[in-house]
Formats: sequence, structure tokens, C-alpha cells
Amino acid sequence: MNYFEQINQTDAEYLQEQLKQRNDLFNVSRRSFLRNLGIGTGSLVLGLQLPAVSAVPMKWADKPAADNVFSPSVYLKIAKDNTVTVIVHRSEMGQGIRTSLPMIVADELEVDWNNIAVEQALGDSKYGSQNTDGSRSVRRFFTPLREAAASARTMLTQAAAKKWKVAVNECVAKNSFIVHSNSNRKLSFGELVDDAMDLEVPKKESLSFKSPEQFNFINQDKQVALVDGKDIAMGNTSFGIDIQREGMKVAVIARPPVIASKVKSFDATEAKKVKGVVDIVQLDNMTEPPFFKPLGGIAVIADNTWAATEARKKLKITWDWSEHREHSSKKQKQALKESSKTASNVLRNKGDTTAALGNTKQRIHAEYYTPALIHAPMEPPMATAEFKDGIMHVWACTQTPQSSQRTVSQMTGIEPDKVKIYVTLLGGGFGRKSKPDFLVEAAILAKKQGYPVKVIWTREDEVQHGYYHAESYQQLTAAIDDQKVTAWQHHVAEPPIGSTFNAKAKHITSEANLGLIDMPYNIPNVRCASGEADAHHRIGWLRSVTNVNHIFAAGSFVDELAHHLNKDPKDFLLEMIGDDRHIDLSEQAEYGNYGEDIKQYPIDTARLKGVIRKAAENSGWDNKRKDNHFMGISAHRSFASYVATVVEVSKTKDNKVKLENIWMVSDSGTVVNLERVRSQMEGAAIFGISIVKYGEITSENGMVEQSNFHNYRVARITDVPNIHVDVLINNEPPGGVGEPGVPPIAPAICNAIFAATGKRFRELPLYQQNIFAS
Amino acid sequence: MITLTINGKKHQLDVAPEMPLLWALRDVLNMTGTKYGCGMSLCGACTVHLDGEPTRSCTLPVSAAKNKSVTTIEGLSEQGDHPVQQAWQDLNVPQCGYCQSGQMMSAAALLAKNASPSDGDIDSAMQGNICRCGTYPRIREAIHQAAKKQSAS
Repeated sequence: MNYFEQINQTDAEYLQEQLKQRNDLFNVSRRSFLRNLGIGTGSLVLGLQLPAVSAVPMKWADKPAADNVFSPSVYLKIAKDNTVTVIVHRSEMGQGIRTSLPMIVADELEVDWNNIAVEQALGDSKYGSQNTDGSRSVRRFFTPLREAAASARTMLTQAAAKKWKVAVNECVAKNSFIVHSNSNRKLSFGELVDDAMDLEVPKKESLSFKSPEQFNFINQDKQVALVDGKDIAMGNTSFGIDIQREGMKVAVIARPPVIASKVKSFDATEAKKVKGVVDIVQLDNMTEPPFFKPLGGIAVIADNTWAATEARKKLKITWDWSEHREHSSKKQKQALKESSKTASNVLRNKGDTTAALGNTKQRIHAEYYTPALIHAPMEPPMATAEFKDGIMHVWACTQTPQSSQRTVSQMTGIEPDKVKIYVTLLGGGFGRKSKPDFLVEAAILAKKQGYPVKVIWTREDEVQHGYYHAESYQQLTAAIDDQKVTAWQHHVAEPPIGSTFNAKAKHITSEANLGLIDMPYNIPNVRCASGEADAHHRIGWLRSVTNVNHIFAAGSFVDELAHHLNKDPKDFLLEMIGDDRHIDLSEQAEYGNYGEDIKQYPIDTARLKGVIRKAAENSGWDNKRKDNHFMGISAHRSFASYVATVVEVSKTKDNKVKLENIWMVSDSGTVVNLERVRSQMEGAAIFGISIVKYGEITSENGMVEQSNFHNYRVARITDVPNIHVDVLINNEPPGGVGEPGVPPIAPAICNAIFAATGKRFRELPLYQQNIFAS
Repeated sequence: MITLTINGKKHQLDVAPEMPLLWALRDVLNMTGTKYGCGMSLCGACTVHLDGEPTRSCTLPVSAAKNKSVTTIEGLSEQGDHPVQQAWQDLNVPQCGYCQSGQMMSAAALLAKNASPSDGDIDSAMQGNICRCGTYPRIREAIHQAAKKQSAS
């Protein structure tokens, strides 16, 4: 039974399960209800209750009171002028969600795309999770939005049938009309709004859904113009940085260069002399653990950004350093190497790896190191706050308006319902903007100063005061007997995300789900374990999270094993994955599966092999290669999607390489907006190139050494080869899209470099290795 | 008082002469289409045209723009139908869109000088503009498309 058959069936057990998770839809536009609320009745408003879904980094998220409590609703509004307004409750940061979520509604409800309007939701728990990370927006809201749309369609159809006094099943929705073909009559959605509003919302089990062959957008190769495309082209958009309020001042903050350090004393005499400076304000010191608290420091408030940044340079601050002053990346690397050697905290165990490694004739060992990374979205964090009549209004480029609301409330003492969070467009997010510290800074200043304040983070602020993707030391060991891999041991030591919320946390938890314990190879003895690691910065999550470093290591190591065995790396991957099956880790590990039910979203080896075979086919892997051209391959399932990557490099006479082609094949099941899935895969490849070539945050004396794009480099147009994306489409439930493309890029590039040059790079980044031809 | 000509219109500004044009545009004139990304001429998000030349406004003092003509994304066309803006929409180039004002201004300046740029020409003209989302392949394609449209009209 495919997914669509599953949701169309009236199987009592299935429905019961669904109902356990969801309350019924309710028609909030019923006149009496709206009258009671004092709301006008011009439009049909459908709310729906959404499932209580767990966040991907649940263990991390539930501590800072994040989005694991859900009493949600997502709304559609149908107006008499036929406009169907979709209230998009997820943040737009380049993934195209303001276009894609409305496409789900337009498809299931049969709306003419020209009649679709989009409204951005405020932060409100009634919408369900708004925490836009973990590649979850379509994955989690595909079905609820279809249910909402199907309910609306049913009610409009019933309204028309009633009017025409014909059977409901003789009427169909088509392109913003309900049509009765027998009599050649039709009524627009808008004309039916009044009548539909008085109907009961249909019971969920009575809903019928479109079948795949009836879709207009879903699983179709149809490009839809971006909802914000024209505004972007005209510079007419509103990002976090673009908010202007009457009487607003601009603030920049001199934050402690070493985390948890305190201001001992400061002299603002020179700073105050800068024309346009309005005030200098000392912020409360931050006490660990950091959560989403502001870092403290001295705020400079001025009429404009230039005055504020110039004055900040003139501040003289003496810091009372925290213990993190002792931190250096070099020492940290050594400590992680040591702790990953023994790695006492077992996260997956199968068979007896220690015995197998002890008894083998051929033991292969390799160590990998990846540095800390920072997000570097083109728009740094930005927030504007205005405290007026007891209400705190905050406009910000946030990925997570609800935890922003809660955190602002906690830190300012203003009741949550008096904190309004307005989500602007995000100039990139990549996980940075799911930490609301920057909104809190603006709210605190606005409350204290009594006028609207925009807090600007400069690039330097963003690079030096972030929530970092942690540095990671990994040791992989395998046993080979009779040409077969008989043991796989993967040890990691990396500062855990948990340390941001619990000062005592020294071991990874949920991070293990991401490319460590979900290792898909069919090997009798497996041990995955972590060693202790101290954090000296705020540790956060960055696009694809620990999949990035875990798959760099595991995807390189499996290639190393192929070469040891003198096998073709692609054939070896397929051999290692083995038979078609759903991998069951239940007896070996506590596997989170990205918060999804493992029955609905199994680890399906056939799909993993499918993307590998397709990538090999598209790249001509098995064909004779061009002279001096070499390929590397890697594949990984993450966020419930499968991606394989083949990278082709050419080799110069002096044994350097040039990236020539990248083939990406993804299988994320049902696809809503194919063109945006392709764009995410293109972007993921380039994000991966940045990681391989340039990404590196280092610290000395507890301070981040990089500051801007000259020393925290990211890929430019000149770094980018031809990228060929192939999205496989099927009727499996939708998987994640924003992140799964990133993890296989680093190992595929390094495997290609090895094929070309015989050089195995086990540390990133590569820019100082002099390996790329200019 | 400094007088600037922006998108064909004169503006009088009472700002420090060393204030970068970027902040004069954004904070003083409320023209927010031009973006901040680095403040060091490293990323190109703030690109405007100064007498037709692509220029990073984040490091250009307003005093240096006196007696020159400044064009920002808001002034590239009236209706958003400059061939570059059109190609950007046709190909759904943007992801988050933040860097795209700067990308389009660099692209428009390139096409004004070079009616049919090669991939190499595009790379060298565009390498000062960072896009973290990774829209570079579509930027290349869109510039080619805009070039074709421009030469056809």
C-alpha cells in the first residue's frame, strides 16, 4: 500500500491512531463562534489541529522550553473575491516555504494559483511547531495542510450541491470553482463562502484526498514563480535588517570576546563623543549555561548604524575573564583525540567489536578531524523591538518565533501573550536564527530605553559570537577477514549541543542519530561510541548538524576500505549496504529517526542503493573516464531522505585537482515543489564545497580568531563546478529537503581527490593543503 | 549638507562625510534594497552603481558619491523588468534573496559593458558577490539569459 492509499483508506485502526494524535478540524468561521470573538464573518476560516510532533533535536529543544508542546492550528481563509489566503507559519529562509506550503493547499483544494495569497503567521503555539529547522516543514505539515484543504473542498462542494439540490458526489472542485458537469453549472469558491460557513466541518474519516494522478503540483515538474520573487528582484522585501520604526534607534553591542566573561569596568568617554550616539548601556552578564540568553556586554545606541559601530570601536572595556580564556583549538583537538580513543559512552552495539578487532588479521584504522564552523548567513542576526502600551513587539529574522516569544518573555518579565513576534524574511538561517538570543537583546533595550531599538549584528559579531557547529575528532577502525568487513568501530569526541543548555553535558546525545549510529552497512560487529568533550563556546546546530562531520569520516572511511580491498568504491558501497531491507536498530541503539515513526519512515536500503545507482548512471561512473578525470562517491540517508553524490575532478600536471562536475541524486519521497527541491540540492552542494575548502573557526585565549569573509571564507562563484541534480519521485511520504544534500559532499570530494592524487585528506578544510588548482 | 543624486533624484543629507553610502541609503534615506553583509567590500551585498560602475557602498564614504550618479536596485528599472531582474524571476534564481540586490547590480553592470559574456567573464565579474545559499549556477544561467534578451531587444 502506498502512502496515498494509506491516507485514503478508512481503516479504523489507522484513523483511530490519527485521531489520538489530532483533534478534529473545527470551523472557526461558524458565525456564532466568530460573533463571540467579535470577529467579522467575511471569509471562511478553517483551523485544524495538528499532531503533537517531536522536534528533531528534541532532547536539546525540550530543555529550553522549545517546541514540544503543541496545541496548534494552521489557517486557510477563503474570501468572497475567491482569494485563498494561506497563513504560512514557517519561516522563509531560502528553502521556498512561502511558495511550497501554499502549493500543498492549492493542489488539494483545487485553487487557481493566481487566487493564492500568502500571509506570514505571528509566533503563536496555535500553529503547531514553527521551529523552522530539521528539514521538517513539508515533512510535518504535508498531511495536516492537505486535511485542511480537503475539508474546505468538501464544505464548498456540499454548499454547492445544496444550492443546486443535486448529489454531492456529482460536484467536483476545479480551479477555484465547484462544477456540476451534468448541468454545466459552476460556482466560484468566493460565491460559496457564505453557505460553506454554516456547515459542519466534515469528520476526518469522511475526507477523501486526491490521488497522485490528480495532482497539479505535487510530484509534478512544474515551476511556480516564487511568492517573493518579484519583490526580491526589485529590492522591495523586508528582511530583519530592513525594519524601520518611528523614533527607532540603532544599537550594536560589544559582547565579551570570551564567553561568560564579565565587564569589570568600561570607559565610554570617547564613544559618547561620536556624533549621533544616544546612549551607552551596560547589559547584564550572562551566566552559564547560555541557553538563548544574551551574552551581555556594552550596548551603544545611536541614530544610525554607522555612528553606533564607530562609537563601539572607541569603547574601552576591561574584562573579567571566565575560565574559557584557557581554551585554544590546538589544545582542544588534542583533548578530543585522547577522549575519542577510548570513547566510553556506547551509543550502538552489535556483536562483539572489541573481540573482532582483536582477532582480525587486517585491522584498518583512520582518524578524522573537522573544525568548528559558523553559519554565516548573508544577513547576520537582526532584531527590532518596540515596547508600547505594555506590549512588546519584536520584528526579527527568526527561525523560531515561539521560542523567541517564550525567551523574550522570560528575560523581560513580560507575559508571553504580551510579546508579539513578527517573522520577517530571513537572509539565510542555516540554524543560527533558531536561537533567539538576538531578539532578547533588542527587547531588553527597547523596554529599558522606552523607544524602538534595532540591534544590528555586524559580520564580526556573527562570526565571533555564534552558536558553533562543534569541532569533532573521530576514530574509525575496521576488521577485514576473507575480503569482508567484519567489524566497524566509530568513535567520536565533539562538544555536545547539550552543553548549551546544561553545563554538565559532556557527551553527545541526539547528535548520534545523525550519521553515527544509523550506519547502514551490513556488518556483524558494530560499535559506535562517544568520548567526553568540554565546550568553550555556545554549541549549536548548523545545516545538517553532525551528519556533516560524521559522514565526512564514515563516507571517507568506507572509501578507504574499498581501496584496501581493491574494489570499485561504488560497487563496494552497494555490497556493504547489502540486501534490500528496512534496517532495524532497536536492539542495538536508541535511534531517534528524526522524530519520525520508523514504520512510516524506515531506513530503506533499497532507496539508499537506488540513489547510488542513479548517481552512478547519471555520472557515467561505469564508463571509461575522460583522461585525467577521476570520481568519488558518497551517499547518506538523513532527515528521512536519501542523497547520493558523485564528484568528478580533473588532475593537473602538478598533481592538483579542479572540481569539474557534481551529480546529486535525491529521493525524498513525495515532492511538493520539485524546482525548489532542485535548488536546495544545488545549494547544499555549494554549502558542502564551503565546508570542504574553507570552513574553519579556531580559537586562541578563548576568542574566535576569524572575523569576516576574508578569514572565514565561503564558496564563491569561481568555486562552483557544474552541478547536475536529479530528484527521484515516488509516493513515499515526504522526507526532508533543506539538509540531506549537504552530508555526502565532503566525503565525495575527498574520495575523488584520493582517486586522482592518492592523497587521503582526513582533516578539513583543504584550502591550506594546496590541492586545488586555481 | 551633502547632495547626492540617487536613481535620478537629488537628496540632501546631513550626515558625517565619512559615513558609508550604504548606511546613508538604508538608515537615513530608508532605501533598504541595498544590503549589508560584511562592511569590508568582501561580499558584494551592498553593490550599487556609481556612474555606472559596480561599487561596494559599504566602504564608500558618502562624500565620494558627491557629483556622481548613484543607482540602487530600486532604480534599476521602474517595474522590475530590467533584463537581469526579469531573468532572475524567470529562473527563480533567489533562495533567501538577501544577496540578490547586489548580485543583480553586479550582473547589470557586467551586461552594460559586455553584451554576451562567457562563463569566465561572468565568474570574474561576479566573484566579489557571495551567495551563501548557493545560487551561483542559476546566476550564471540568468546572466546568459538576460544577455540574450538584451541583445534581442
